[in-house]
Amino acid sequence: MLRKLSTGFTNYFIDSYFLVSLLGVGFMNNIIQGKAFVLGDNIDTDQIIPAEHLVYSLTDEEESKKYGHFALSGVPTAQAGLPDGGISFIEDENYQSQFKIIIAGSNFGCGSSREHAPFALQKSGVKAVVAESYARIFYRNSVDGGFIVPIESTGKLNNKIKTGDQLKINLDNNTLKNLSDGTEYQLKPLGDVLPIIESGGLFEYARKSGMLE
Amino acid sequence: MGMTITEKILAKSAGRRSVTPGENIWLNVDVLMTHDVCGPPTIGIWKKEFGDKAKIWDKNKLVIFPDHYIFTANKHANRNVEILRSFAKEYQVENYYDVGTERYKGVCHVALAEEGYNLPGTVLFGTDSHTCTSGAFGMFSTGVGNTDAAFILGTGKIWEKVPESMKFIFHGRLPNYLTAKDLILQILGDISTDGATYRAMEFDGEAVYDLSMNERMTLTNMAIEAGGMSGIIAADKVTENYVKERTDEPYEIFTSDEDAKYHSKYEYNVEDIEPLVAKPHSPDNRDKVRNVAGTKLTKCYIGSCTGGKITDFKFAAPLLLGNTVKVPTFIVPASTEVAKELEIETYKGISLREIFEKAGCIIAQSSCAACLGGPDDTIGRAVDKDVVISTTNRNFPGRMGSKKSEVYLASPLTVAASAVNGFITDPREFL
Repeated sequence: MLRKLSTGFTNYFIDSYFLVSLLGVGFMNNIIQGKAFVLGDNIDTDQIIPAEHLVYSLTDEEESKKYGHFALSGVPTAQAGLPDGGISFIEDENYQSQFKIIIAGSNFGCGSSREHAPFALQKSGVKAVVAESYARIFYRNSVDGGFIVPIESTGKLNNKIKTGDQLKINLDNNTLKNLSDGTEYQLKPLGDVLPIIESGGLFEYARKSGMLE
Repeated sequence: MGMTITEKILAKSAGRRSVTPGENIWLNVDVLMTHDVCGPPTIGIWKKEFGDKAKIWDKNKLVIFPDHYIFTANKHANRNVEILRSFAKEYQVENYYDVGTERYKGVCHVALAEEGYNLPGTVLFGTDSHTCTSGAFGMFSTGVGNTDAAFILGTGKIWEKVPESMKFIFHGRLPNYLTAKDLILQILGDISTDGATYRAMEFDGEAVYDLSMNERMTLTNMAIEAGGMSGIIAADKVTENYVKERTDEPYEIFTSDEDAKYHSKYEYNVEDIEPLVAKPHSPDNRDKVRNVAGTKLTKCYIGSCTGGKITDFKFAAPLLLGNTVKVPTFIVPASTEVAKELEIETYKGISLREIFEKAGCIIAQSSCAACLGGPDDTIGRAVDKDVVISTTNRNFPGRMGSKKSEVYLASPLTVAASAVNGFITDPREFL
């Protein structure tokens, strides 16, 4: 009934959104827990993954680990790991970080369209970013590629949470608990894109909702 | 309720009579553009997701310009171009502009215009944030990532949230010391790098319609620097003349209704604007050139989709004629067509190329080059603590190479004046 791809196509997104919601399909993990890495405002994609590294394969399992290794390597040292800065996101030759949750200010992911940015964060082991706001393309890429969960905070958190704090995000009630000091913060709901995130990305969503075979 | 030009174009693409900002709709894409950085991963996702059934939805609507990392010994970068080449061969993609051939063009956004892919009223997606440049032709254009591009490649469709529109009206006649770059830096300083996030930036006013297509493209190009989904200028005779010289394809001209609803409106008198820079490390860190005049430089750069068009070089040439640059100054024509024009266009009977060579500038081959840093051997790349003034579009930390470098963004007039002195200089001193 929903496979009317010509005239009814425009309502497709909404239709299938409700469909998937009603089915309550939950493929994502609704609890995300890990250590925080805190950053400032306007972290652009060149800071997330500097352009010189965009030459590596994203499909070759071994080579793509370089994206994890170089993730956030463009952030100026003084601003890496606030409030003190000077904290390495990736240690030595590793490609996985001890930090699983990024806390940032406004306009996270601004700049280029490179999907390598959320990919690099995923490769490094990041599960979620909590920022005051996102640039459009980074946000879309994170969601449609199913790399990380981009969550909006309801206020400024990067001056309240410290790098290394243990955090627990609950996507069922949109809360973030700082286990290191007991504080709790409300997060904005994922809204329209929730079904895509729950499906694990745009292609999975399109298949699940019957749009693609 | 009336609609904006953006809403009308999106409604047409979605096969609907009207759309409302905030709605998620599925669009039928007229052109998908990709390049050597994001093309290979896009192809990878397309093959993985569609498997044996992977089929390009419409070969005539796919355009591929290798342009980012072209003149480099980096083997991984060269491998990316090789992936595009074999893909184009295997799937018989005619609109592929290969490196090392007569067809090579250079920077995709400029090449899209030159090759006649920009058509009023159409919808163009590209795997590059500066895809918004094409909006100068009265069309909807925006950047997407690899997954979205792979989805378009296989289906010709993509979801998009209908943006609210912001209107920027420039009144008056542009003084000879200003270019479109100053106008967009003015806006960026006013609304900041996320002032237009998820919105369409519509440009209007007699000062905008007095601009050439190249200069209009400078305005729409940097919409993304304010977070804009798109930049747009309704088509007029200037647009139609440019398009008709390059293609016979049909197009449709849309304009905003008088009673269209806007998120906000900004009005400027261009005669009140002074030459501007964006100081390190953000495109919205606006200041008047005269406030930073005297800042010592180590490099000057005129190039990119933003500032490497023939109009940019025509602005720079009169200031460089008969002078010698004091610091290494790079001239990077965005496309091979612009490079050819450097030899044809003259000022006081001397070709622009000769003017730049005699001034001691380094003229590079057409590509994105050091605008985004690139591999170590990229010409003009910022190293160590370079202080650069550039006609490019971004100056976030490390954007042009070294994280320790400092980049000032400015008009080609300001960059040329600064190159002559070796420190930041107000172009009015030369005009």
